[in-house]
This record gives sequence, C-alpha cells and structure tokens, in this order.
Amino acid sequence: MASRGRRTLVIAGHGMVGHKLLEELVDRGAPAEWDVVVFCEERRLAYDRVHLSSFFEGTSAEELSLVDPAILDVPGVRVHAGDPAIRIDREARTVTSAMGRTVTYDALVLATGSTPFVPPVPGNDAEGSFVYRTLDDLEAIADFALLCRSGAVVGGGLLGLEAANALRSLGLDTHVVEFAPRLMPVQVDETGGETLRRKVEALGVHVHTGCQTTEVATGERGQVVGMGFADGTSLEVDLVVFSAGIRPRDDLARGCGLELGERGGIAVDDRCRTSDPAIYAIGECAVALGRTWGLVAPGYQMARLVADQLTGAADTTFTGADLSTKLKLLGIDVASFGTTEGGVDVTYVDPIGDVYRRLVVDPEGPRLLGGILVGDAAGYDTLLAMARGDLPTPAEIATLAAPSAVLAIPSADDLGDTALICSCNNVTKGQICDAIATGGSTKAGSTCGGCKPLVASITKVELKRLGQEVSDALCEHFDHTRQELFDLVRFERITTFSELLERHGTGRGCEVCKPTVASILASQTNRYVLDGEDASLQDTNDHFLANLQKDGTYSVVPRVPGGEITPEQLVAIGQVAKELDLYTKITGGQRIDLFGARVEQLPVIWQRLVDAGMESGHAYGKALRTVKSCVGQTWCRYGVQDSTSMAILLEERYRGLRSPHKLKMAVSGCARECAEAQSKDVGVIATEAGWNLYVAGNGGQRPRHAVLLATDLDDEALVQAIDRFLMFYVRTADRLERTAPWFEKLEGGIDHLRSVIFDDSLGIADQLDAAIAHHVATYECEWKATLADPVRLARFRSFVNTDEPDPTVVFVKERGQIRPARDEEKVAR
Amino acid sequence: MTAWVEVCPVEALVPNRGVAALLGERQVAVFLVSPGDEVLAIDNLDPISGAAVLSRGIVGSAGDVLTVASPVFKQRFDLRSGTCLDEEGVAVATYPARVVDGAVQVSTG
Repeated sequence: MASRGRRTLVIAGHGMVGHKLLEELVDRGAPAEWDVVVFCEERRLAYDRVHLSSFFEGTSAEELSLVDPAILDVPGVRVHAGDPAIRIDREARTVTSAMGRTVTYDALVLATGSTPFVPPVPGNDAEGSFVYRTLDDLEAIADFALLCRSGAVVGGGLLGLEAANALRSLGLDTHVVEFAPRLMPVQVDETGGETLRRKVEALGVHVHTGCQTTEVATGERGQVVGMGFADGTSLEVDLVVFSAGIRPRDDLARGCGLELGERGGIAVDDRCRTSDPAIYAIGECAVALGRTWGLVAPGYQMARLVADQLTGAADTTFTGADLSTKLKLLGIDVASFGTTEGGVDVTYVDPIGDVYRRLVVDPEGPRLLGGILVGDAAGYDTLLAMARGDLPTPAEIATLAAPSAVLAIPSADDLGDTALICSCNNVTKGQICDAIATGGSTKAGSTCGGCKPLVASITKVELKRLGQEVSDALCEHFDHTRQELFDLVRFERITTFSELLERHGTGRGCEVCKPTVASILASQTNRYVLDGEDASLQDTNDHFLANLQKDGTYSVVPRVPGGEITPEQLVAIGQVAKELDLYTKITGGQRIDLFGARVEQLPVIWQRLVDAGMESGHAYGKALRTVKSCVGQTWCRYGVQDSTSMAILLEERYRGLRSPHKLKMAVSGCARECAEAQSKDVGVIATEAGWNLYVAGNGGQRPRHAVLLATDLDDEALVQAIDRFLMFYVRTADRLERTAPWFEKLEGGIDHLRSVIFDDSLGIADQLDAAIAHHVATYECEWKATLADPVRLARFRSFVNTDEPDPTVVFVKERGQIRPARDEEKVAR
Repeated sequence: MTAWVEVCPVEALVPNRGVAALLGERQVAVFLVSPGDEVLAIDNLDPISGAAVLSRGIVGSAGDVLTVASPVFKQRFDLRSGTCLDEEGVAVATYPARVVDGAVQVSTG
C-alpha cells in the first residue's frame, strides 16, 4: 500500500483515451490523493490518431500531439514513454514494464487500445508490408514509397480508404482490396457502397471488392512484388498496407486471468470494471455492453466515467455511444447516423454528381430515425440533431433528403439546452452557453472538430442575446471587414482613402484603417505608395520605405532573388556599408541587411545599390519578402529540379505584391527540403515529375506547417496555382492575418481551397489571374521610382528646416561595427 | 513675449503627414491636419521608445480627439494637449503653431 495515505493508480497505455483519463484526473484534482503512473508503449506520447492521415497533408507529428507539457510537471504524475506494461500480478497488485519498472497499484486502468489485424497470409511481414496505426508506421510508409510505383491497401473500410488516400498523395498507383462485396460495409448500405465505389474509382484508385487476399508475393530480396487472391487472380504492387480491421489488445488481461469478451477484448461492466474490482479497462481494448467501441467518443466517455469513479466525483455508468460519423475520405463525403431500421426509406439519388442520400423515417410523427449520406453530407448536423430528438422532425422531412433543402447547421435558437453539440467531449448547448456567460470554457470542438461551425454559431447567438455584439469591423471609422472594404474599393473603383472614408466611413481614420486601406489600394493599383494622399496613410516602415529601428534609424535590404548573388553585388553592398559605416547582417531570408541609416542617407544608399543593378527588397512592406532556395539540380547531387531558377522566377513575379501580411516562400530541389519550404506561405518541393505545392505555412509565434495543395505540377501549372492562391488570400484575409490563421478559418479547408483554385468553384479564377497579370505588368521598383523623382526625394530628410542630422542618434562600436548607444552610454559622452 | 520661428513654407506640408523641425536643442513635430487646415505642433521625441520619431506617425481621430500614433509602438498622442491616450500619466509638450504669409511658424516659448 502507498505511504502517507496516498494511493497509486497505474494507467497502462497512453493513446488518446489513456491521455484523456489522465487529463480528467488532473482536472478533478486527483493527484492530491493519487500518484499516477502511466506506461506509454510508443516513444511518442499521446497524439491525435483520428487525424493521423493529415500527416500526409503536411501536418507534423508535433502538431498532432495531444499532450500539454504542463501536465507532465504536475506533482504525482509520472509518464514513461517507450515503456509498455508487460505483466500484471493481481495478487501482489503490481505492474511490471518492459524496462523492468515494477509499480504497486491500488487501482489499475488498462487503456491498451487495439492492434491492427493482419490476415495470416504468407508474405504479410515482407519488406514493403505495413500496417496503418502509428506515426512510426506512417513515416515508414512515406520513406518506403519513395522507391515504389504502385501500392495496395487490404481493407476498404474507413481506415483503409484513408490509407489509400495516403498512398495516392505519395504518388503511387493505388489499389483498394476489400473482402466484403462493398466498400465501408459497416457504415453504408449496398447502394451507398456502389456510389462510393464509383467516386473512388473516378479518382484513379482501383477498387477490388469481394476479393480475399491469400498471399503477398515476394521477390529475391524478400520484398513485396505483388498479391494473390482466392479466385486465382493476382496483382503486381510494390507496397502493401494492411488495414483490415483492429483487434483489442488484451494480452495483459489474458496474462493475469481477467475475464475476456467472446471474441477477445477485456470484459467490463457498465462502470468499466473488469472481473477484478481493482482493475478497469477503457477505450478500444474494453468490451462493454457486449461489444468493442472503435470510436474516440465512447472511449472518452469511459475515461470520464472512470475518473469520476476513482475520485468519487460521481457514479456515472456507460450506456453506449452515438455511432454517428461524418467523414471525408479521398475527398468524398460519407456520413451515417442514427439507425437504419424500423422506418420507411426516403432516397435521393443524383446520378450525375454521384450522390446517394437515404433517410430512414418513422412515419408516425414523423420522426427521423437515421440515415446514410454518400457524396454530399450537407445538413448532417441538422439531420443528426433531428435523429437525436434535439430538433423536431418537420412534416416535410422527405424533402430534406435533397442536399440543398437542409440548413447547413441547425439554427442555434431552435436547439434546446440539452442538445448534445460535441459528442467527442460530451458537451451540450447548455454547457456552452454557461461557459459564455461565466467566461469559462468547454472542450467542444477540440477533438474531431466536426462541431466547430455549430459551436461558433451558438457562441455568436448567445453573445448577442447577452447584449455583447461580436463585431468584425475594422475600427471605429469603418463598420466593415477588410474583405468588404477590398470589394468596395474594387466594385466602386475607389482610388483614395478620402473617397472611401466619405462613402463608407466616419471620423478621420487612424493608424489601424489607414495602412489597411493603403495596402488595399496598393494591391489593386500597384502605384507608388508615397504619392499624394497615400503618403499620409503608410505604416511605420512603409512611411520611408525602410525598416524603422529602435533609435529612429533605418535598415536597408536590397532584393536578392532566390538567395543568388553575384560577387559584384556583394562588393557593391560591402562598399556602401564600409563608406557609410553601416552595420551589416545576413538575414534568414537569404539576403543582407544594412543598419544605421538616417532618413537622409536612404537615397544615398539606394542610389549606390540601384547603380549596382539591385532593387528594393520590400523588407519594410506587408508584401512578398523572399523566395528562399537550395541550389537544386544545377549543383547538388540529389536535386531533381532546378530549384534556384524557379525561386528566382517566383520572386521576380511576385516582388512588390502588397498583401494583408508579409509573404514568405521557398523552393526545395528535392524531398530533403533544404530550403524549408514547408514552413512557408508558399512552399515548393521538387519531385521527379514536377513540383509539389504546399501553402499556408507560417513561422513566428505559432509555427504552422504548410498544407499540401497539389502534386507533380509542371512549371506553368505551378505558377498559375500560386497566382490564384495569393490573390485569393489578398482579397479575403483580415487585416494583419497571415496565411496560416486565414487558412484555418477557411470554411471547407483544403478541399474548398483546391476547388477554388483548380475547379474555379467561385467563378473568380479569371479575376485572380487578371489581378496578378496586372501586378506583373505594372511592377516598378519603388526605390528606383523615388530616386528618379526630385519631388519624391525631397521627403527624405530628418528635418524640414535644416540639413543637420538627428542629434539623438548616437552609435558606439561593438565587434568592429556600429550599434545604437544605450542611454547610459549617451550620457557618458 | 512669444518667440516665433519660421520652419517651412506651408506647401511643404502634406496634409496629415508630419515633418520634424530642429529648433536649437528641441525637435518639434509639425502637422497640417485636414480637413480643417489646422497646423499643430508637439514634441518630436516619443517618451515611450526614446526615439525622435513622432513626426513620422499616422494622424487620425479617436472620437473627437485628433491623434498621432508613434510609429514605434503605436501609442496615440492628443495633438492638441499632448496627452498620451494609451499610457496613463504620459504626455509630450505642445507648441503654439501658426501660418503667417504662407510660412509655418512655431514657438518654443
């Protein structure tokens, strides 16, 4: 027994459900009485396995992590990574781990999850055979796929289709092999399965149903060369992923004699207790109410229940879980909810768009019981609420089988307080409204994310009800968003800030709206930013076309496209710096920064740089900064494309483009990614066949990986896609909103973005293309333009009444170069 | 007696964009505010950053108050009273300014 009245809880397993238990225990203050020891098998602590496949769209392992590091520092909590529990001694009440740790427990929770089922066929462990469960699996698949042309997934269920999408995004000719007569046999019916099959095949993925794998054929070196089936046919592939189901991991339970389920798994009662009163089981490894539960929402329910039991907070029981799901597999909507038994069918079939929607309705009432949606899941949230009884089923329910007839999300007003909004975290509408009123928070939307639009709608309605309007207006002078102002300027052909202020604003403007409008005008006209009225609108750095430093001096950055610079240019930069005694530094953007310039020195410096053939680097603007590159195919033994030339092309195309926030890009010549393109607003990575395009990555305070937009584009297609992406962002983002937060808010996410750019779903492609074409045609280096015009040059002085320099600017030397003097150093002089 | 010093011709001022004038030891930020064509002058030294840059800030309004925002950290200063709207107890000196025969004049007392 533990000392000092403290008890010890051991949690075997640190996946999503094991971690949820840990979080719920900490939330309830359990570590005050319990030492909690967690054994985690994987070397990575709990991560989001639901969104595992987003790894292939650019999400990093770090971004998938579910663990707030602070929880590891909670006194009494110990988590052992890479050290699974391997043996339980129920008499001694001890758990032993792989690394030899032995812990005595007062209570033990098994959260060991599932293991992928691999059919016992010859060759299932050959080199090139994989399962699709952990991040390590996915990394191994990604590495191996580099050498492959084709791949097959065994299993056409939910996970199998995700794996197929992964292989497809890795550039493989992809096959799906399913034992049952249709894809997703558990979630959809026969007709739904047929619709799904056609849509999957339309993507170029080969579908084989009613197909039983009997062997994986191997070559000389023991590597996968193909597959054989029960009907005698075969398939040539280089890689196989087994995604044919999961089996609960009950080895620990078996080893210590706990009661098991009929088909395996750890049997538990409705309080998640096993046949040993000191041992619980939760998540996929548990058999509750006669079955295993392969979704995260019931697992989380069990975790909360056990946390309640252990802390005595409540005596909740497990009553089953909603198995409704809405997914996007291979870009195809598939949803199922409620029950498909005991009612009449209302079916909507669109043979042209290939959509199948079946609602099952109890005609008494009427009452919606459930449904299956394939190809278009519009209205899922509303229909689900009706099936749950949170919303009344309307008399015209039959018409709602058509996608266009249903409200996208239920009206927040119509939902009662007990309506379950977030099933993963068990949050009702009432709890959300309470949190809004008291300034608290809930976990709604933090797991699968499906309920976010509904949560946002409820929040807005509730705030309004409480008298708090949520305003997305720019500032006190304009009651519009940046996007609205952008459109007004465009449609009404407004050319000055005063005109916009007069027609749509009040007051005199301010440091928020003036630069925003200045940027909008610049994006649309590409004119010199300091002429006329524009001169009074510019933000800090644009004010003098240079980067303001802490002491009132400026820094100067000439453009170095692609990071490529000639010896002559290096000498020219060096000479200016030497003569004017400027501080020089290499930037992260692969160029050179010169510091210590007073206002009146800016034209002098720029004249020298322009004479050396250089131009403005726009380091001062909310505009394109740089396109970094690696040397690529030209010099590097690994490069597969000429990344330097492409980087230069892109930088010269988009230089000067003003945008809601700075834009950074990079081009890497191969998958080794030396130019770090995946952290950029626009990142390009060379492949054998062309270019992979990633977008919406950001560095800064909250780094975000870019997301894969398209693969194997040729030069022309790449440029057009970037053109449209940039202009779409410039037109629609908020003030000072970088591409990552903009993309995160974009309704429809990556699919919507792809359809806007490649399918012209908004019908604006022409406008976007024309806007970039206009930008390219009218571009002029603004420093060259300044130097060529005495009126513009006249502005660049420290004082209007004397040529004396600013006496407050004082430098001292450090490491052979100048730096601003500190206050105490100034006094000493 | 107020000593007026001529700083520049009024045409040298772009409406709502300041210029700086060096008057002995002092730097003055001068603004021609439009609409209204009023000439206002405050000290050029930003007390929060310590840099002499207020003349480079953006002119605007907050309610009825005419403001300039320091380009360094964006605190706003009342152009008529010199009070800082965003930092309690902080203010800059203001100077009388006028236009005589097309010339902008400032008095430093």
